[in-house]
Amino acid sequence: MNKWSRRAFIGAGTVAGGGFLLGVAGFTFAPSRHSLVSADAAAKGQLTTWITITPDNMIDILIPHCEMGQGASTALAMMAAEELEADWSLVRVQEAPAEDAYANGYIIRAMGGGYVPAMLGRGVDYGAYKAMEWIGLMVTGGSTSVRGTGEWGMRVAGAAAKEMLVAAAAKQWNVPASECVAKSSRITHAASGKSATYGELAPAAATESVPTSPTLKNPDTFTIRRTSAQRLDLPSKVDGSAVYAIDFTMPGMLYAALAIAPVQGGKLVAVDTAPADAMPGVKKVVKLDEAVAVVADSFWRARRALAALKPEFSDAGHGAVSTDSIFAAFDQALGPAPAVPKNAARTITADYRAPFLAHATMEPMVCTARVEGAGAETLAEVWAGVQDPLNARSVAAKALGTDVHNVRLTNFMLGGGFGRRLPFTFDYVDLGVRVAKAMSPIPVKTIWTRENDLQHDYYRGAALSRHAGALDANGTPLAAHSNYTGGGNDEAVFMPYKIAEMAAEGKKAPHAIREGQWRSVLNSQHGFFKESFIDEMAHAAGKDPFEFRRGLVTEQPRFKAALEKAASMSGWGTPLPPGEGRGIAVCDSFGTICAEVVHVAVSPEGQLKVLNVYAAIDCGDVINLDGATAQAEGGIIFALSAALLSEITIDKGQVVQTNFRDYPMIHIADAPKITTAFIRSDAPLGGLGEPPVPPLAPALCNAIFAATGVRVRELPIRKTSLKKA
Amino acid sequence: MRMFGVSSEHIMPITLTVNGKAHTLDVEPEMPLLWALRETIGLTGTKFGCGIAACGVCTVHLDGRPVRSCVLPISAADGKTVTTIEGLAPDGVLSKVQQAWIAHQVPQCGYCQSGMIMAVAALLAATPKPTDADIDAGLTNICRCGTFARVRAAIHDVANSTDGSAS
Ligand code: FES
Ligand code: FES
Repeated sequence: MNKWSRRAFIGAGTVAGGGFLLGVAGFTFAPSRHSLVSADAAAKGQLTTWITITPDNMIDILIPHCEMGQGASTALAMMAAEELEADWSLVRVQEAPAEDAYANGYIIRAMGGGYVPAMLGRGVDYGAYKAMEWIGLMVTGGSTSVRGTGEWGMRVAGAAAKEMLVAAAAKQWNVPASECVAKSSRITHAASGKSATYGELAPAAATESVPTSPTLKNPDTFTIRRTSAQRLDLPSKVDGSAVYAIDFTMPGMLYAALAIAPVQGGKLVAVDTAPADAMPGVKKVVKLDEAVAVVADSFWRARRALAALKPEFSDAGHGAVSTDSIFAAFDQALGPAPAVPKNAARTITADYRAPFLAHATMEPMVCTARVEGAGAETLAEVWAGVQDPLNARSVAAKALGTDVHNVRLTNFMLGGGFGRRLPFTFDYVDLGVRVAKAMSPIPVKTIWTRENDLQHDYYRGAALSRHAGALDANGTPLAAHSNYTGGGNDEAVFMPYKIAEMAAEGKKAPHAIREGQWRSVLNSQHGFFKESFIDEMAHAAGKDPFEFRRGLVTEQPRFKAALEKAASMSGWGTPLPPGEGRGIAVCDSFGTICAEVVHVAVSPEGQLKVLNVYAAIDCGDVINLDGATAQAEGGIIFALSAALLSEITIDKGQVVQTNFRDYPMIHIADAPKITTAFIRSDAPLGGLGEPPVPPLAPALCNAIFAATGVRVRELPIRKTSLKKA
Repeated sequence: MRMFGVSSEHIMPITLTVNGKAHTLDVEPEMPLLWALRETIGLTGTKFGCGIAACGVCTVHLDGRPVRSCVLPISAADGKTVTTIEGLAPDGVLSKVQQAWIAHQVPQCGYCQSGMIMAVAALLAATPKPTDADIDAGLTNICRCGTFARVRAAIHDVANSTDGSAS
């Protein structure tokens, strides 16, 4: 094995037979201009996006984000193809490899540094802020791909490539560039009747100088964006040919099954390896600091042998931690309900409780690695599914005590991400390379079982929120205050409502359970808290919950429009049969405003059926209409499953749930009809993967209240009896 | 062909036909079919999600019937015929279910979809014109990406296509 050089990859990426290769430099390197570089400069690493036009007229677009089902690769390719005036049917995409050259932290660095192009007028929001912490990483998360990479990279790359093709044609035909028209992967000069495909012009275009500030299209002339394009990654996902990390295989590869210290932070104290050593196919029992792994010639054999072991782990002093102890600490940290004005006609208080949640990506964590050499000379190849290949690569390098450039990481399509495969949560890569190191130089695939996955997640945090509100004699709200534990930020606690006194204060009650980012991050808890409470205030005021909200957002036109759209889609206000009800909620996250109305039926015995969800979404503009709709549907189902069923509990410092039997998911029978509408606004592009999540739980609980009079203040809903009060 | 030559007194050859091809495997009789398919035969389209028959991503057809291969001992497939997702489009022509999956743009991450498609193909073979209630009762696969609405629409599409056959 040689040292992995960046050049080796660049070489491989060059088109045989003289294609056209274009990259856009990151703003890191040129914060004051849209600097574009040719293939030469690309070799220096100043490259975030590549567009390649092959002699057979195909357009290859390299995407610096991973595909985890959110359709980002297709949407990003559409943004480049639009500016390029490409024939969409001739476009292919590929994910960029884990090389420094593709770091997309540049987007955020530029934003944080105050450089915001006109098309991105809005300031730094939470997604961007979070991503700032990950500077230098190649992150897919925070709903940033389309907003950042697309607007700042893909569009510019496409526009520049088009101008170079036009320039090449003009020169070849000796006509003014201004008379050449680019359309459907072809340049035409009407007066002379000359015409050539991009593929024919590519070699000449590659020698053109790169425009420093290409002109972007007026959105009114879009022909590819705003339409519904078939996702480019789908054909392989219906015939079993898509390769996920769990599918990767290589000759001589062994398999490992893991038992990890059940209490986070615990260590392996002792294990008698004899029972496993004797079993067929077992190659070695590997003892790690916090885990024991059985390596065998098949995963099933590894797992069977692991089950024969009785490893002892320490509990890191957390053996007494339980869900109850954590919530008791929350309660204490919150203290009495926040004070509200004394002169109010009516005051209300309420506590809301959100549980720990697991990501439970359908594909469990998997890492295959081959390690060679020792010490600083260690070389490694790693194959894993991650939302940030660069950070995953450094995790592997650190675990092996070698330089990052001695590690090559190959990423795969992800069998779900939802925030589980983000920076600082690559324990599966860390463990995987350490197991492989113990077997060096034999490649080892370490597969997590569902039990490993549910018990060793980076959980969505549990939280408790204590609210107090005040109304005057007319039912006009005077104050809405809250104290909360479990973390928060300005975006998560933001309420668009015009209320004289509003405050939300975070209280600290640290605990030993490790947490991570879960689809929509802190908005998932706070959306439930704040939109449940405003509903309670509406009912206390004796007002319709939609009209109450609408009256408070007169100065927030985007919120108003979203609320009105969702209400009208749902037939808000029209009569429903007894036992049915509608609930509404609106949340702003990742630059997108999403209002949802949920329509439920609750039987006299308290049996809940979610019939309809209506979502009105203002994410500025939509790239791939059908893809965007799918993201909304997926976010709603993801949130619904959690709201109805999901809870991770802790006992003796350990996660109690083990598999889908005790951490169940909804099935198709539980899935409501979902109707989605997108509102086009002049706001910059917002995220889509996450914003449909936060309003779902409150809209659902508000609907249950409308149907039954039962107010659900604790998730999941199954813990509350819905029998009519 | 013979694969996985490990000697052990527990091991006895298992013969089965997978996607039209005969295989003789030297594996423990209790090894689940899933792992024999994925690791011994090398067909990785069938996925692992829970190992306890609770999610359905490992669904394949055993003599035409849907089974969750993660809990089915390979001995139960001895002498039988197995169809996996790779066998659904034998000549590269997608089955009607697969075509409907593309038309409705069903998959997101796609990881559950091999099992989902196999479960649906079996459902349609048994009930060519399923009602929503039939679908609700017959399909218990988990999809974390939440593709259910499209799954339902695609099933109805296949059922309503002219000859009603799902193949
Ligand atoms: S892996 Fe077989 S049902 Fe989940
Ligand atoms: S498409 Fe991702 S789990 Fe179903």
